[in-house]
Amino acid sequence: MGENIAKNFDPKQTLNEIEDKFQMFQILNEEGVIVNEEANPNLSDEELVELMSRMVYTRILDQRSISLNRQGRLGFYAPTAGQEASQLASHYALEKEDWILPGYRDVPQIVWHGLPLWKAFLFSRGHFVGNQMPEGLNVLPPQIIIGAQYVQAAGVALGLKKRGAKNVAITYTGDGGSSQGDFYEGINFAGAFKAPAIFIVQNNQFAISTPREVQTSAKTIAQKGIAAGIPSVLVDGMDPLAVYVATKDARDRAINGEGPSLIETMCYRYGPHTMSGDDPTRYRTSDIDNEWAAKDPIVRFRKYLEGKGLWSEQKETEVIELAKEEIKAAIKQADETPKQKVTDLISNMYEELPRNLEEQFKIYVEKESR
Amino acid sequence: MAQMTMIQAITDALRCELKDDENVLIFGEDVGVNGGVFRATEGLQKEFGVERVFDTPLAESGIGGLAIGLSLTGYRPVPEIQFFGFVFEVMDSISGQLARYRYRTGNTFNMPVTIRSPFGGGVHTPEMHSDSLEGLMAQQPGLKVVIPSTPYDAKGLLISSIRDNDPVIFLEHLKLYRSVREEVPEESYTIPLGKADVKREGTDLSIFAYGLMVHESLKAAEELEKEGYSVEVVDLRTVQPLDIETIIASVEKTNRAIVVQEAQKQAGIAANVVAEITERAILSLEAPVLRVAAPDTIYPFPQAENIWLPNYKDILETAKKVLTF
Repeated sequence: MGENIAKNFDPKQTLNEIEDKFQMFQILNEEGVIVNEEANPNLSDEELVELMSRMVYTRILDQRSISLNRQGRLGFYAPTAGQEASQLASHYALEKEDWILPGYRDVPQIVWHGLPLWKAFLFSRGHFVGNQMPEGLNVLPPQIIIGAQYVQAAGVALGLKKRGAKNVAITYTGDGGSSQGDFYEGINFAGAFKAPAIFIVQNNQFAISTPREVQTSAKTIAQKGIAAGIPSVLVDGMDPLAVYVATKDARDRAINGEGPSLIETMCYRYGPHTMSGDDPTRYRTSDIDNEWAAKDPIVRFRKYLEGKGLWSEQKETEVIELAKEEIKAAIKQADETPKQKVTDLISNMYEELPRNLEEQFKIYVEKESR
Repeated sequence: MAQMTMIQAITDALRCELKDDENVLIFGEDVGVNGGVFRATEGLQKEFGVERVFDTPLAESGIGGLAIGLSLTGYRPVPEIQFFGFVFEVMDSISGQLARYRYRTGNTFNMPVTIRSPFGGGVHTPEMHSDSLEGLMAQQPGLKVVIPSTPYDAKGLLISSIRDNDPVIFLEHLKLYRSVREEVPEESYTIPLGKADVKREGTDLSIFAYGLMVHESLKAAEELEKEGYSVEVVDLRTVQPLDIETIIASVEKTNRAIVVQEAQKQAGIAANVVAEITERAILSLEAPVLRVAAPDTIYPFPQAENIWLPNYKDILETAKKVLTF
């Protein structure tokens, strides 16, 4: 019986063939050399410099955030260093009106989409004003439940399609998130409705401490898109050009009515999972750290841009100084924001307060005026 | 006016709202061509098109995610969860997400979603189809939980729920879908959420109930009347938030109360009603407030259903304890 099946259709061979097809897409290698000229997006000089500036700025933002956290001045923070290409080059392929449904590590994308930095700091501090998006900014607060943003992205994308908008909903999760039921439901729903969604899995190799190979028997996460019938690609997530091209292609297809795509970006987080006590030395060796540090997105992009005469130490210093200044100003503005009250929170529960909350509101007005 | 069953009244409410507001969307498993497994959406896809009334893949969390995403793009989603026992598959979308968006975003995004779903026992379903899970929903701040007991109420409450700018869980008792028929206006009308309905006035005892148990309570009240007791029956209609004013006014008049629910006794709505009464009106009470509820087991396999479910005899028994205390 088994043999007969194998003669007509060999499930194992089919799987191997599909898995082998998911080769990692790369344009700019670790040495900062274009290895795939055909796929080069040919960004303008200004665009290349802008993308580099954003990555450098964000690396500084990460360093400052970690330091502010250690001083007890920030609160919840999930470090981003190592994921700049994955986060910012994918974002760079978007348009202003596109929707972003971020995970909690995806604060940089929503900041570059328009969330004022001081609000991002308030999100970290656990103040609701950090989640009040400026009018017209199509961004959701960072999602805490791993994968929940995937089903919601399918919904936003379907809404955009129904409205006839030429926009997409992009959402981010990690390698761990790709194991969640919502991951499958999200990509499957978006596929079934041909909704303009882009699903990004930032495979940074560890879900807190759990390595990628514990998550799934699948050789790649990208191949999971095949089961949902949606185009998917495995990308070098440390290569800003490859990430940009993969996202831009996905966006073009989506706008063109061809439905959603799945992108797996192979990347690494240099820091701990969050600043809340995670110690990566418990689950990662310095060998792995060094291996990934050699692939650094900023290092390779710097080499590439320097080779083109577009970047210099002076330019980098300027960006770093600007970042430091703006971060300082943003922290000051966050500090100046009035403290959050329980009465604020009660007011935000419903359009009209029901009796129980009305009563509790009065109690807390009194408590908070003491 | 036409005579309608509850299922017809629900379809009618959906039709009114689809007509009235182009942002209203209906979706779920088998709600399109098939009109829903109970025909609640019968004919609506044909009338309003596949863009407004559509089938989804079979995944409840995905349906919840759609509702959230569609709300964010300005729609007013009315998803159906085919049976409320399947709600566990969509608990994060409901409790972790829908209920929290207004709060999470500091009153900048809201979720005008009404999740409709059948529930309730007595019709011999397989497991996970009949559970009364309103207590679970009522414990989640940010939601409203509505349970109609009549066709007239079902239509008015459903229209109010759909128009509400916060998420509403609208639970439809399976046994009431076709067992009660009454006059229902064909035009659109609303019944405010959070308002109970005094179904029958009385002076000796208040019975608080909702859903199918309203009918069992009315039956018990009639029996008690034959024995000379004047019993008030209050249909809560919205179990979260509770209509405290009506509940307390009734207890202050009758001085005795029982609370009836089909759900298991542990935690739940009835316990909450008892707590509100003791906190607010203990000096009016002449007897302890007792509950009539199902035993604290998992919902039974169908063969034991009829003994397990509370009925008017159980209500009579408990009512007499309180009346003769």
